[in-house]
Amino acid sequence: MRKFREPSVLPGFGITLGITLTYLALIVLIPLSGLFITTAGVSFDEFWKTVTSARVISAYRVSFGASFAAAFINVFFGLIVTWVLVRYKFPGKRIMDAMVDLPFALPTAVAGIALTALYAPQGWIGRYFEPLGVKIAFTPFGITIALVFVGLPFVVRTVQPVLEDMNREYEEAAVSLGATRWQTFFYVILPELTPALMTGFAMALARALGEYGSVIFIAGNMPGVSEIVPLIIITKLEQFDYTGATSIAVVMLMASFVMLFAINLLQTWSRKRRDE
Amino acid sequence: MNKFIVGIVAALMALLPLPTRAADAIQILNVSYDPTREFYEKYNILFANFWRGKTGQEVTVRQSHSGSGKQARSVIEGLRADVVTLALAYDVDAIAQRGRRLLPLDWQQKLPNNSAPYTSTIVFLVRKGNPKQITDWDDLVRDGVAVITPNPKISGGARWSYMAAWGYALTKYGNEEKAREFVTTLYKNVPVLDTGARASTTTFVQRGIGDVLLAWENEAYLAESEFGKGKFDIIIPSLSMLAEPTVAVVEKNAVKHGAQDVARAYLEHLYSKEAQELVVSFYYRPSDPEIAAKYSERFARLKLLRIDEFGGWKEAQKKHFDDDGVFDQIYAQ
Repeated sequence: MRKFREPSVLPGFGITLGITLTYLALIVLIPLSGLFITTAGVSFDEFWKTVTSARVISAYRVSFGASFAAAFINVFFGLIVTWVLVRYKFPGKRIMDAMVDLPFALPTAVAGIALTALYAPQGWIGRYFEPLGVKIAFTPFGITIALVFVGLPFVVRTVQPVLEDMNREYEEAAVSLGATRWQTFFYVILPELTPALMTGFAMALARALGEYGSVIFIAGNMPGVSEIVPLIIITKLEQFDYTGATSIAVVMLMASFVMLFAINLLQTWSRKRRDE
Repeated sequence: MNKFIVGIVAALMALLPLPTRAADAIQILNVSYDPTREFYEKYNILFANFWRGKTGQEVTVRQSHSGSGKQARSVIEGLRADVVTLALAYDVDAIAQRGRRLLPLDWQQKLPNNSAPYTSTIVFLVRKGNPKQITDWDDLVRDGVAVITPNPKISGGARWSYMAAWGYALTKYGNEEKAREFVTTLYKNVPVLDTGARASTTTFVQRGIGDVLLAWENEAYLAESEFGKGKFDIIIPSLSMLAEPTVAVVEKNAVKHGAQDVARAYLEHLYSKEAQELVVSFYYRPSDPEIAAKYSERFARLKLLRIDEFGGWKEAQKKHFDDDGVFDQIYAQ
């Protein structure tokens, strides 16, 4: 074990690693391995048939599409929100800062019902789009809006501390060396924030993929059009098709893991590149 | 999500050994589906009085409510229900088949009237004055009529609605090809497929979406009385399903709790005159013929089909609602 240990003034490597492994196993690994064990009961052909049926494929498309879209939107606007919260002083700033966390705290079903009430054809916002022929609630567009709502705090809260710690001297140096404002932003500020933005993106994306409560009210749930993967899983359970449900869950889990892992790698790479 | 939490709380409560107040006080757990909450709250008081009068024993009935299928799964997975009172026999069957001998396979023969102490049916709720002139199932397949009903793959109530539409078309056209076409056209008129009966009611009543809601008869009357008369009309189609929410003692659990007598009495008493009166006040149809005759003007007469005419729920589920069944084919282009 000695070679793993970084020199430290505090003892306790063995016991803390032990606790970490036990904790992770209890909270994450054992429940998730249950999924794989249940799924192991089916033959590969059956598994493949379940996870590639037309309806499930279109649900992947809706879920991944809306989640990516929502995460991108959140990265863009989340950065602006963070910038304003960190760099400027104005009355009501504290309240705005606290508001960012609301999507964390609100039961997602409540958010879903509120958003549906707003964007439904008779709702406060929806009624102005209805005559234009734009339907928001009960379409993938509505799903994206719900996912933007639940994902926002992830981006803001990961970028905020990084931006707060950033030295303004670099920007000032860049400007005094003759960089334009865009150059300062793209070559000095953005590279510094990229790893945090990617973490925020990954967390917002992961959250969106698993989201059920808020989406279900606004989605309309039309098979092949606005049906999300978690709903397919619920549908399977409702038919007592446990293996079908866990098969799809396993696919989602693997896809999410691969994506999160890839984003992690990208992040390490970009951090390294920046340090060099 | 909150249903999920209620489920967990109910499950935890079932696990906790609660202190018994009197030496012979007893508790049972009734696991039921969503719209029966108010009915069973009243009925539990009624039954406690009856049981005290009969045996001198105090009985407390705890309730758990959620979607019918979800409740069945909870019981299969170990929620210690003494009795189940679910939306359709299919869900109780699932417990009998998958629940490690929780209850005998012939459970439905244990109580009168197919173990259905009260019944209901599916009717139409339309906007006041019936602007789209909807009078029967045929009007639901017209162009420009938006129908609100939940997803039958998820909601028990929606399965009854779907089967009613299927039964109507089958009776009218006499062949399955036409019936398939009929339900396909009908579901193409559905703009939002909610996940439960209550969600659909919200979509129709509060969001103002759709021209007609396919609803449980008792929910339709509730929607009408709760949101004030004058906003909706109830339309009785010429034909519908006789929906039989079924009840059963989960014998293995009841025996373990020493509660089999009280659990059986709890369900048997549902058939008594006083309970049947209560059933009527919640707009369920009573099974007792005398009570039914007494309130005959309260419930519209229409032709009611039984699920047995389609080979029972097991057949119907397999043919229509399982993966790649008739319902899935509606959405598979």
